[in-house]
Amino acid sequence: MKSVTKPQAPGWKSIPMGGVITEPGNSEKYETGDWRTMRPVWSAKKCINCLLCWVSCPDAAIVAKDGKIVSFDYKHCKGCGICARECPPKVKAITMVNETEFEEQEG
Amino acid sequence: MGKRVALTGNEATALAMRQINPDVVAAYPITPQTDIVQYFSQFVADGQVKTEFVTVESEHSAMSATVGAAAAGARAMTATSSQGLALMWEVVYIAASLRLPIVMPVVNRALSAPINIHCDHSDTMGARDSGWIQLYSENAQEAYDNLIQAVRIAEHQDVRLPVMVCQDGFITSHGLDSIEILEDAEVQRFIGELKPSYPLLDPEHPVTIGALDLQNWYLEHKRQQAEAMKNALRVIPEVAAEYAKLTGREYGYFEKYRLDDAEIGLVALNSSAGTIKAEIDELRNSGVKVGLLKPRVFRPLPAKELREALLHLKVIGVLDRADSFSAFGGPLFTEIRSALYGAQIPVLDFIYGLGGRDFTMTDAGNIVEKLAKVARDGKVEEPITYYGVRE
Amino acid sequence: MPTLKEISGRPEILAPGHRMCAGCGAPVVVRQIMKALREDEHVVVGNATGCLEVSTTIYPFTSWRCSWIHNAFENAAATLSGVEAAYRSLKRQGKVKAEFKFIAFGGDGGTYDIGLQSLSGAMERGHKMVYVCYDNGAYMNTGIQRSSATPLGADTTTSPVGKVIPGKTRPRKDLTEIMAAHNIPYVAQVAPSHWNDLVTKVRKALDADGPAFINALAPCPRGWRYDSADTIEMCRLAVETCFWPLYEVVDGKVKVTVKPREKKPVRAFLEAQGRFKHLFEPQNERIIDEIQAIVDAKWANLLARSEQA
Ligand code: SF4
Ligand code: SF4
Repeated sequence: MKSVTKPQAPGWKSIPMGGVITEPGNSEKYETGDWRTMRPVWSAKKCINCLLCWVSCPDAAIVAKDGKIVSFDYKHCKGCGICARECPPKVKAITMVNETEFEEQEG
Repeated sequence: MGKRVALTGNEATALAMRQINPDVVAAYPITPQTDIVQYFSQFVADGQVKTEFVTVESEHSAMSATVGAAAAGARAMTATSSQGLALMWEVVYIAASLRLPIVMPVVNRALSAPINIHCDHSDTMGARDSGWIQLYSENAQEAYDNLIQAVRIAEHQDVRLPVMVCQDGFITSHGLDSIEILEDAEVQRFIGELKPSYPLLDPEHPVTIGALDLQNWYLEHKRQQAEAMKNALRVIPEVAAEYAKLTGREYGYFEKYRLDDAEIGLVALNSSAGTIKAEIDELRNSGVKVGLLKPRVFRPLPAKELREALLHLKVIGVLDRADSFSAFGGPLFTEIRSALYGAQIPVLDFIYGLGGRDFTMTDAGNIVEKLAKVARDGKVEEPITYYGVRE
Repeated sequence: MPTLKEISGRPEILAPGHRMCAGCGAPVVVRQIMKALREDEHVVVGNATGCLEVSTTIYPFTSWRCSWIHNAFENAAATLSGVEAAYRSLKRQGKVKAEFKFIAFGGDGGTYDIGLQSLSGAMERGHKMVYVCYDNGAYMNTGIQRSSATPLGADTTTSPVGKVIPGKTRPRKDLTEIMAAHNIPYVAQVAPSHWNDLVTKVRKALDADGPAFINALAPCPRGWRYDSADTIEMCRLAVETCFWPLYEVVDGKVKVTVKPREKKPVRAFLEAQGRFKHLFEPQNERIIDEIQAIVDAKWANLLARSEQA
C-alpha cells in the first residue's frame, strides 16, 4: 500500500493577515457535486432554451452561453431538482435520475 | 515650530483629529467624550476636514461603520467612553482581529451599574484583551501627542492593529491645560499616507473580509495577531523617537519619575500620576525615597522593561482605578506582579478613585506611608485594599 | 425589461462551490439580484452573519467574485454604511476612481430582529446602498428558531407545536412597511419565482438616489419542510395566495407589481409545508382563518394604496 501524505497547509507566516481571502470565487475549486443523490439529466433536443432552469438554480450549475443552455456542471450540482421542476411542463427537458444508475454504468 | 495654546483634553483630542484629517469618522456622543464629537462636527460643517462624518445611531454602529470604512481602505476613527465602549464590545474585537488600523480616543469613565459619569478605568481595562493597543495619557498634552503617534503605530505594516488612546474623563477631558501643538502640515507629514492592506474598494483585486474561519485556520490567524502585538513593542519606541525629533517631547513605554534611586515605588495610570508627582516632590524634600512609574503603553505590555525599571525597589504600590473582580486584585496590579514574577518585592494593590472619587496629594501621601511601613516591617497584612472606602 | 438571454450573459458573481443546502432559496435570490448589476459596475457586498455568510465564505474558500465583508450579525447595514462613506470620501479625494455599488444581505434574523436598529440608522442617514433581506422566516442557520418574520402558527424549534401551544402565537412583523416608513426612495418586496419583477426592482433600487430596501422571499426546504425541488413553487404559491405580495414603494407611492390572476386561498401555501401541518387538525383550523384574515387585510390595504397601473 502506498502511504499518502497530505501536503502541509501553509503556516501562520505565509497567509494574508486578518483571515482575508484574496482569490475571488475560489470556492469553485470546492466540489459540491458529491452531495447529489439525484442527477438532472438534460435533453438538448427537447430544450427550448427558455432559461427558466438556469435562473432558478441555487448553485449556478447550469451553464448558459449566448442565451442557450450548453451543459450541466455536475461538479457543483447538488441535485436539488429545482431545474427539473421549473422546466415548463410541456417541455420536460430535464429528468432527475438516481445517481446509483450512473455508478453502475461508470463503476 | 510648536505653538502654545490653552485647551481641554477633549479640545486637544478634537484638534488632533482635525489635523489627522481622517477619511471617515463614525461616532456617537457620550459623556464625557461628547465635546470631541461636537467639535469635530463643527470642523466638518465648516469644511475644515475632508472627512465623511457618519452620525451613527449607536456606538455599536460607530465601531461597525469604522470597521467598514477601514476595510474599504479609508483612514477611519471613532471616539467613545464607558457604556459606549461596552456597547461596541463585540466589534472592538473584530476590528483588531481583522487587523484594521483604527484609532480611537477613549475618555475614561466608570461602567454601570450604578450609572456614573465620572472617571475610572473600568471601561478600557475591560477591553485590555481585545487585541487593541492601549496608550494612556496623563494630561491633554499626552492625549494630543499619543493620538498623533497612534496613527503611525496602527498603520505600521508590521502592526496593523487598532489603537485606543485613553485620557481621564472630566479630570483631563474637561480640564484646561496649556499645551504645545503642531502645525497642520507637520502632523500630515508625520502621519503620511495610509497604504491600506486589502481595501474592499480596489476594483482589480476583490477581497473577502470576515470569512468563517474554522478549526484548521483560526489558530494561525490568532498567532499572526499575537505577532503583530509583539511587533508593536518594537514600533512604538521607533515612532516615539521620530516624534521626539519633531517636538522635543520624549515618550517611552512608561514614564519614570524620580524612580531610579527610589526605595518605594508607585505605579499609576493617567491623571493621578500628576497628583502623585507633586506629592513625590514634597516627600522627597522630607527625605522619603519614593518614585513613580506611569505606564503609557499597557497593551502590548512591555513586561521585561517594566521589570527592569521596578526590580530595585523595596516595595511597590500599584494604584488601580478599576477592579477586575477576580478577588485577586485590579488589572494593573496583576500585570505588574506578573512582570515581577520571582522577584521578592512586596507588591500592594490600592483600588482607588472608582466612579470619579477624588484622589489628592494627601491620598498619595497616605499610600506612600502605608508602603513605607511595609518596607520597614517587611510584612504585608492586606495586599489588596480599597483605598478610601468607607467601612 | 431585462430578458433571461440578456442577464445570462452577465457575470455570475456568486460562484458555485458554496455550501448552502441543496435547493436553498437564498442563493437563487442572490444570483438574481447580482444579475441586475451592469457589467461596468463594481460592487461591495456586506453580509450579516447567517446561512449565506457562513456557507459562502468558509476559509480559505469564498464564493464571492466581488469584494465582500462580514462584520457581525446585527451590523451589516452599519458596516456597509462605513464602506459607502469611505467610498464617498475617497472618491471625492480622487483616491478611488471606479464606480461602486453597495449591496447588503441579511437574513430575517439579521434584519427584522437583531439588525433592525443598525438598518434603520443606515437608511435614515441616507447611505446609497441596497439592503436586501433574504427572508426565510426563521433563524435557519442555528436550526430553525422563530424570528419576528416567522408566520403565525409555524412550527419552529423555539415555537414548537406542543400539547397546549400550536406553534408561533404571533403574526409576522411587517418589515417592508417599516422600511417604507423611513421615507427612503425605494422599497420593494420580491420573490425569485418572479425573476423579471425581481431584477427590474433591484435595478431601480440600484439607481435610486439614496438608500433602498428589498425584502426577498427565500424559502428554506429544511425549515419549511418541503421537497427541495419546490423552492420556486413555494414562492409562486406565496405570491399567488398574496401571502407575499409583490409591490414597491417609490418615493412613498405604493404600486402592486404582480396581481395574481386568481387569488388562491392561503391554505394552498400552508398545506405545501410541513411547518404548518398541525394547522390542518380540526382544533387549529381557526389559525388558518386568522392567517387568511391577515393576508386579506394586507392585500386589500395594498390594493387601496396602490397606484392604478
Ligand atoms: S439539480 Fe439543483 S443544483 Fe443541480 S442543476 Fe438543477 S437546480 Fe441546479
Ligand atoms: S427550463 Fe427546460 S426548456 Fe427551459 S432552458 Fe431549462 S432545460 Fe431548457
